[in-house]
Amino acid sequence: MKCWDPRIEEMPREDIRRLQYRLLKTLVYRLYSFSPFYHDRMREEGVHPDDIRALSDIRKLPFMVKSDLRDNYPDKIFVAGQEDLVRYHVSSGTTGKPTVVGYTQNDLNNWTASLARGLVSCGLGRGDVLQVSYGYGLFTGGLGLHYGAERIGATVLPTSVGNTERQIELMQDLHTTAIACTPSYLLHIGEVAEKMGVSIRDDTSLRIGILGAEPWSDNMKTRIEEWLGIRAYDIYGTSELSGPMFCECTEQNGFHVWADLAYVEILDPETGEQLPPGEQGEMVITMLQKEALPMIRFRIGDVTSYDDEVCGCGRTHPRVHRISGRVDDMLIIRGINVFPSQIEYTLMTVPEVGQHFMIEVDRKGALDDMLVKVEVRREAFSDKITDLMAIRRNVEHRLRNALNVAVNVELVEPGSLPRFEGKAKRVIDKRKI
Amino acid sequence: MEQKKYVIRQISVFSENKPGRLAAIAKALQEEEINILAFSIAEADGFGVVRALVDKPKKAYEKLSGIGFNVAFTDVIAVQMKDIPGGLYEIARILGEGKINIEYSYAYSGKEAAVLILRVDNVEAAISAIRNGGGTLLESSMFQ
Repeated sequence: MKCWDPRIEEMPREDIRRLQYRLLKTLVYRLYSFSPFYHDRMREEGVHPDDIRALSDIRKLPFMVKSDLRDNYPDKIFVAGQEDLVRYHVSSGTTGKPTVVGYTQNDLNNWTASLARGLVSCGLGRGDVLQVSYGYGLFTGGLGLHYGAERIGATVLPTSVGNTERQIELMQDLHTTAIACTPSYLLHIGEVAEKMGVSIRDDTSLRIGILGAEPWSDNMKTRIEEWLGIRAYDIYGTSELSGPMFCECTEQNGFHVWADLAYVEILDPETGEQLPPGEQGEMVITMLQKEALPMIRFRIGDVTSYDDEVCGCGRTHPRVHRISGRVDDMLIIRGINVFPSQIEYTLMTVPEVGQHFMIEVDRKGALDDMLVKVEVRREAFSDKITDLMAIRRNVEHRLRNALNVAVNVELVEPGSLPRFEGKAKRVIDKRKI
Repeated sequence: MEQKKYVIRQISVFSENKPGRLAAIAKALQEEEINILAFSIAEADGFGVVRALVDKPKKAYEKLSGIGFNVAFTDVIAVQMKDIPGGLYEIARILGEGKINIEYSYAYSGKEAAVLILRVDNVEAAISAIRNGGGTLLESSMFQ
């Protein structure tokens, strides 16, 4: 099958733009009427829905940022009532409170449709076995891919993350043809398989990797493809957009952003001006059809460029290239977003340690390893090693709970960590991706 | 209280487990002409605690704190051991029978005798047990 939904995927450009304008206009009227949050934002900016007279007028609309969700925790920003929701997902926020996202049935249908299109576009379909090795649960990755793959008639093997040896056994026994996970976890699987005497290339049916939730480079893609004998496709999304959402097609030249679902802008981070195709800037996404939690001009913080030419695969929707960086200091550790501000917030709840910290990130084998160095307060210093070990375990435990990712903590002498005037640089990232 | 004279103030210093930290501590003590009578290093993953009996504990505390170290005082006791096979057993047996737990310990063997420095869960009970059991405790004035 070439396209899951050819009417949409191959829609002529002019028709797409008309559709986008109609959807945007409807969205803005709906939010102005029903979202107190966005109504106020528009009033502050002095924008009325009547001011949206063309698609390009989107630039008049105020931005949304991740902290808007935290500030309106848990669901004050939702436009649908709880009785209209069919699902929640939760991710860690920037500080303290997590980010809650909600879905109506239509939201789930659109999310699933987006992934159905994407999975077909990279060559999956009936007869394939997709091993979903993203986490299942509050994280959007597992369930998102799960529903998308079922929709196109592929067989889902919901292994979730971890227990790698068993993953490899199942991959062999059930003839997995495709795997969805982070690129670093796939490298880890490859390494563990070799230790077990299994060659992914020769001893399994794996031919496709749907890889995302963390940044990776073209070099890493080439390495994965050559080593494991598969094609590696980039997939992109965040929980605010619904979850993993947009996937590369067999052209492997950026992920298609379905224009009936999302409108992409690439902005100059300094001036806020829209940049033309090919230029690197901050990606801003408007979700055109989301019901429960509409996202308008959402500043995700990722830096990339886009391409508006009709793709070699025949799809008319714009493509966004591999994410090249961040506008802020967000880290992605084993597919989980981590903000240094979350660490600062958490450390403030532990009286035994100071608020200064440094983060060191590296890869141990294929997997990310995060070390947080904290200073032991003078008042908390005990002569007993067991007391100090308990402080360290407590900090590790709290950080793990707050970040949803395992953290190693190192206790250091008071005053030994760098102090910053102005913008702090608390992250040393030694990973080569 | 009579027992008090046996309680010795040990200094404990938090140190990262990396080259040069012990030298920094030792240099600071030298500058203040503080003599180290006994010491040990306990290490955990990534950090350690340097424990020392010094002749001027208050001065050592002030100096090390002043240059940024995390320092604490800890009460320990010092027991004289016979420097012969079974010397340690004699002391350890007394404490074991008295149900006193040793949290940590280090020792040195000098010209006169061997000395065992002990951090125990109950200092007063340990002092009584050792004295009643025939052991010899060293008074803190011998060190400080």
